This record gives sequence, C-alpha cells and structure tokens, in this order.
Amino acid sequence: MTQTPHISVQNLNVHIGNQHILKDISINIPDKKVISIIGPSGCGKTTLLKSFNRLLDNTPDVKITGKVLVDGDNIYDPNIEVTHIRKKMGLLSQRPYPLPMSIYDNVAYGPRIHGIRKKSELDQLVEEQLKATGLWNEVKDRLNASATRLSIGQQQRLCLARGLAVGPEIILGDESTSALDPVSTSIIEDLFISLKEKYTIVLVTHILRQARRVSDYIIFVYMGKIIEFGPTEEVLLNPKQELTQEYVKGYIS
Amino acid sequence: MRRRKIEELFFKLLMVLATIIVSGSFFLIVGTIFFKGVPYMNLDMITKTPGGGFYIGKEGGILNAIIGSFYVAGGATVLGLLISIPVAIFINMYMDGKTFLVGTLRMAFDVLFGIPSIVYGAFGFLIMIYFGIRASLLGGIIAVTLLVIPILVRTLDEVIRTVPLELRDATLSLGSTRWEMAKVVLRQIRPGIFTAILLSFGRAIGDVASVLFTAGFSDNIPTSLHEPAATLPLAIFFQLSSPVEEVQGRGYASALILTIIVLIITVLSEILIKKLSKHKL
Repeated sequence: MTQTPHISVQNLNVHIGNQHILKDISINIPDKKVISIIGPSGCGKTTLLKSFNRLLDNTPDVKITGKVLVDGDNIYDPNIEVTHIRKKMGLLSQRPYPLPMSIYDNVAYGPRIHGIRKKSELDQLVEEQLKATGLWNEVKDRLNASATRLSIGQQQRLCLARGLAVGPEIILGDESTSALDPVSTSIIEDLFISLKEKYTIVLVTHILRQARRVSDYIIFVYMGKIIEFGPTEEVLLNPKQELTQEYVKGYIS
Repeated sequence: MRRRKIEELFFKLLMVLATIIVSGSFFLIVGTIFFKGVPYMNLDMITKTPGGGFYIGKEGGILNAIIGSFYVAGGATVLGLLISIPVAIFINMYMDGKTFLVGTLRMAFDVLFGIPSIVYGAFGFLIMIYFGIRASLLGGIIAVTLLVIPILVRTLDEVIRTVPLELRDATLSLGSTRWEMAKVVLRQIRPGIFTAILLSFGRAIGDVASVLFTAGFSDNIPTSLHEPAATLPLAIFFQLSSPVEEVQGRGYASALILTIIVLIITVLSEILIKKLSKHKL
C-alpha cells in the first residue's frame, strides 16, 4: 500500500439524530483494487460507503465531520460541486433500480445529463458499456424495450452499465448481489474482478466468502469503528484483532 | 368448538350484509337516475342548448351545462396541476431533513382537503370581488381550482412517497441535480399523476357548492372567460326544483349524463394507467 490512496478518510464522524454511527474513521483506500467492507448488520458499513459519494447528506438529522479526500480533494468542502463528486463514483445498490425508461435510455441517461447529445456518440457509449457488463448480446435486439422487462440479474448488470457510462473512477457496491440468484451473483463478482483494472471498487458485503473471492483488501467495521484493515487473506485467515477473529469464525454477527 | 364456528359464521354474515348494503345502494342510485332519466333522454339533451320554453318543458337540451362543466373542471384541473406538481416535488425532494416543517405542511393539506366546498366557493367569491371579476367561467375555475388543489397535492404526495428512495439515490449517484432526479421520479409516477387528474376532475365536475355563486349560470355556451357558465350540477339542481314534471325528468336525465361522463373518464383513465405502468418496479 505504498501507492497514493484513491480515497482518504480522515477523522470521519457521523451522527444521525443522537446516535453516533461512525466513530473517528480514518482510512486510506488504495487505487484500482477491490476493497470489501465487512461487519455485522447495523455496524455502519453502508453509512461509510454512502459517505463516499455524499448520498449521506440526504439523511434527516445527519451531522458529518471530518474529511474524505478523493484524488486529494475534500468532498465535504462546501465549495465543491456535489454532482461532480457523484459523477466520479458509480453506485450499485442492493436491488437493481432501473430508471423508468428503455434499456438504451437507462445507459444513455448519465451521459445525456452531463451534456453528451450526439446520437452516434451515445450509441457507441451504450454499446461499449453493455458489452463491458456482458449484456450486449442479450439485449442488443431490444434496446428500446422497458428496462423493467429484464430479469433481476440483468437489471443489476444494466445498473452497473448505467453507472459506468458516466465515466466514474470508483465503483461503490452496497451488497449488490444480495437480491440475485447464484448464477447472476457470480457474473457480477467476475465483473468486479475484471473491472478493477480500470476502477477502484469498494463493496459492502456480509458474505465472507464473497469478500474472499473478490477483494484484495478487507475493512472490518464493528459498532461504528474500523477494527481491522488489511489484505484479504490476512484479515480472514490470520486476523490480528480478537473481534475480527470472533466475527470471522462466526461468534459475533 | 361449536362456539368458534358460530362466531365465525356470525361475523362472516355481518361482512356479507355490509357488502350487500354498499353495493346495493350503488345499484339503487344508478338505477334510480337511470329509470327516471331514460324516458326524458334524447339527442337534443346533449346536442342543444336550452330553447325559449326549456324550463317549462319545451325544446332544447343541456349542452350549455355539459360544455360549461368540462370547461370549469378541465380548467381547474389543469390550473391545479400547475400548482400542485411543484408543491409535491418541493416537499418531497427539496426538504430533506426538515421533518417537522414537512409534517406541518402535510397536515395543512389534510385540513384543506376536509374543508367543505361551499367555503371554497365563498373564498373564491371574495377573491373575485377583490379583483372585480363577476360570476363567470373564470370565477368558477378559480373556486374549483382551490377545491382540487388539496386533492391533487395529497394524491401526488402519496404517489411520490411510493417511489423507492433508492431510485432517487440511483439517479443522484449518476451526478444528477435535484431537478433531474425529480424528472425521473415524475416519469416513474406517471400513472399516479393520471389517478390524481381523474380524482380531481371527478370531484370538480360534480361539485355544486363551489360554482354556486362563482360561475353563475347561462343558457349559452360561454365564449370567453368573463361570461357566466352553466355547470351540470347546477343544471340538475335547477331542473329538479322545478314543479313541471317534464323538467324534473330532464333533471334525472342530466344526472344520468353526468354519471356517464364520470364513468367514461374513469374507464379511460384506467386504460391509460395500465398503458403507462410499463416501467413498474
């Protein structure tokens, strides 16, 4: 981890109402790797993930202090344009939420709002991203069909293509395979592994086997604190902290 | 064991009875206006305005009221939508975190929803006096707009709240602005917008009290916003209060026409809603 970090979190504290959700988080997330955030439910994994693209801002009664630097810029700087931050990151949520439009328009939506209007350019982008997510051959004859007609696994890949089409640097996955069948899950996992050549990928997962299959590094979060952070094998097979050990062995969940 | 069976039977009977009363009264109402109205129904009723002796039982029809009602209800619904959609978007998508304020606003809309339409009529009348508008199509549209705004806001608000927050997050994550996100949400709720339009139009076309002293009444079809306009509910009211049997019968025929209009709108919007629901999540 000698390279410059892609995301650098410094003393991040998050309060929602009178609950202290994230406690003094500091972490450096390396560039172009897959990082899994693991931990029991309610520990703050998703909150941590959503603090990276400032979706957390929309939560009622939220108070955020500290810094999150992406490429060296603090995304909580009041002068920063929040749409630019979000454009840098694609989010893949627990369930696919296709936009209420056609398959083509779903992928073209992002590029369109960011100013790409030329049909030929959009066509090319759509094809490129649908190929990147392995959907092209399945949908190329029905690009104008409603996206909600696709199977749930296909929808999730479409959502990934939609996110990639705006040209992000980082992919955030929030238990992105939890609604999917095993075959679709493994397709998505393989995609993550192949996409890390170009993107930094941060995943929230509660499936340890998945974390082991796809990630290079693991962050273990417990009760709002980072307990351990290190290479996957090390954290899962040879954890330094007692809490991590107990979690990995299944004593706490 | 016996006691449980009797209890089951008793409550089931109660439910069946209640269902019969509700559906029975529906058929009774429709049946009454149907049988009383049909003998007086003819093509003239829907194609002609009242002739000289219409109110003593001679020639003419209620085309003036049919057109007038469409103008008033249509105008009010369009005007109401122009005001309600921004309100619904604003309280749902621009006021994150201001839970108390949003709650207060929602309660205010609930109160407005419960206000009797005669009060809107009276309020509309005051506005008209203030601006020097006489009883006219415009006055009617203003009063009925006031009446339908709470219906529209409440319905739209509820429909927007059925859209999963994750869809908004998904749009924002692509770097959209709030307004771009709102447009996506509006696309998602298109069927719901039609439901709101239907509810509002149905209420607007059938309401008497709000148009009573705002729209006026005229035997002519209004040609401008400043002319008085007849409406179906008022036409029904005037005809039913007539001592002439022929005119009373036409009152029922008018009620039948109003019911059929509402029925057609309901069926049409059902079809439209089905068509628009293709992106259902």
